[in-house]
Amino acid sequence: MNYPAELNYSKSHEWVKMDGDTAVIGISDFAQNALGDVVFVNLPQEGDSVSVGEAFGDVESVKTVSDLICPVSGVVCAVNADLLDAPEKLNSDPYGTWLIQVKELSEQEELISANEYEALCRVEG
Amino acid sequence: MKLIFEKSVPGRGCSLLPPCDVETVYPSEYMNRKTAPALPEISETEISRHYTELCRHTYGVNCGFYPLGSCTMKYNPRIDEEIAALPGFAGVHPLAPAHAAEGCREVLDTAKAYLCEIAGMDDMTFQPAAGAHGEFTGVLLIKQYHASRGDTKRNKIIVPDSAHGTNPATAAMCGFEVVNIASAPDGCVDLEALKAVLNEETAGLMLTNPNTVGLFDENILEITRLVHEAGGLCYYDGANLNAIMGVVRPGDMGFDCIHMNLHKTFATPHGGGGPGAGAVGCKAFLADFLPKSALMDGGERIQVRSFAGNFLVVVRALAYLMTLGREGIPEAAQNAVLNANYLMRRIQGTFEPAFDRICMHEFVLDLSEFKKRTGVSALEVAKSLIDYGMHPPTMYFPLIVHEALMLEPTETESRAALDRAAEGFCKLYALADEDPNFMRSAPHSAQIARPDEVRAARNPILRWREA
Repeated sequence: MNYPAELNYSKSHEWVKMDGDTAVIGISDFAQNALGDVVFVNLPQEGDSVSVGEAFGDVESVKTVSDLICPVSGVVCAVNADLLDAPEKLNSDPYGTWLIQVKELSEQEELISANEYEALCRVEG
Repeated sequence: MKLIFEKSVPGRGCSLLPPCDVETVYPSEYMNRKTAPALPEISETEISRHYTELCRHTYGVNCGFYPLGSCTMKYNPRIDEEIAALPGFAGVHPLAPAHAAEGCREVLDTAKAYLCEIAGMDDMTFQPAAGAHGEFTGVLLIKQYHASRGDTKRNKIIVPDSAHGTNPATAAMCGFEVVNIASAPDGCVDLEALKAVLNEETAGLMLTNPNTVGLFDENILEITRLVHEAGGLCYYDGANLNAIMGVVRPGDMGFDCIHMNLHKTFATPHGGGGPGAGAVGCKAFLADFLPKSALMDGGERIQVRSFAGNFLVVVRALAYLMTLGREGIPEAAQNAVLNANYLMRRIQGTFEPAFDRICMHEFVLDLSEFKKRTGVSALEVAKSLIDYGMHPPTMYFPLIVHEALMLEPTETESRAALDRAAEGFCKLYALADEDPNFMRSAPHSAQIARPDEVRAARNPILRWREA
């Protein structure tokens, strides 16, 4: 299992990378592994508002459907449209495959470091 | 095996229908087909063989143990089929005048009286065609109730995170915002979490009791009291009614509205053998909002389905109720609970229950430790069970248990059948250490071993086309 040190993580298994004043959001290696083969990703549209702790979309695998929980509040400025045709990218390259980018950030949940996140995954998994 | 379309030979056919003895009338030019429908052309012998072959490849409760959790795959008594096949029921036309269908009306009224008694409700509709359709109808009653009082700010439905996926889906389809609350560590409703989300926007709560981990929520009276105090209504998902029918009534627990899956609890065919019926019952104060049949009840009515719903399912359910009677119904529920507890304790020591306490009609195994140790997942155990002659249990549900297998043996299995099933589980537990790869490629005895579920989900082919 891979936990890149340059990223921050939410307890609900999303990763966040700050790119200037934009938050880039994806799901962790642990999350894609727990989900199994991803078959569909449902994402918001550019311009939509998202809020901390609320679902901004969902990800469907053969096994289950899971809400994507937003670790920040703001406005969606980019959506990874490639995922609609190729959801398997989330499995093959979870950290190279972002879901949405959010700007006009007003709030952010308390994110944890790679080390803390790895410890959390060991307990859960 | 080949699809029936692949067996088709141009020009072949059979005459199963008698010649038409009434005048043929064609619809307008606009509605006429431009090309003939692509129906398979096939002889009567081939049709018979095709469906018999399909029959041999299928697996139902008539073939063996079918512990599919939350689905109540109990045996459907033959006498119910016999009653439903009586020509007065099977041959009645939905447009028959009332005086020519009095017996059918009596069936509906009697079934309604019995089922209202079991549910603790005052009125009922049989229109909804299945459980989720029943939920939709029931939650619309709640919506209409608030609207009728001008209480329009109530736009939130509370659903615990252990709920069936249909619950939040229903609430969303009815135009509500879904508020998810986390379960307490014991798998039941967390009273503090519930209190925290109750307010003047609460339209209602959707709940199953016993819940999806097979536990009876002992705080149920407090839960429904809190929701009512906040001005919301309580919806009972009848998916798990088999555990309590004739023993305790949802109406007495404080629920205002309920759907009952006649095809689960009251032993009518389902799981591909339906159709189903999701009867919706309610307390008297909601009765005015129930859908009615314009033909049977007169006047302009809101209907959620044509006529009286799947009438013959109601006939079967009533036959079931009458053959079991006032003593037999609670006894069936008690035996369902006994069987589940017996099987859980027989398996325990190998695969471990997620909650180590007396369960109701079903229980959940937590295979996360087992998977860590052996690398064999719940999916692979489920697939391997097929080789032991049983249908796999429900997998990966409820979501609050990782690597979950959910078993509901029902009351119609003998102790010997439960012993055989437990032995199968114990053998697989040992096999995971000895030969995990064998389990990863299971099943080895089924017609189709491992369909490519990923490809099927990503690129579904929903209809046959000539290559």
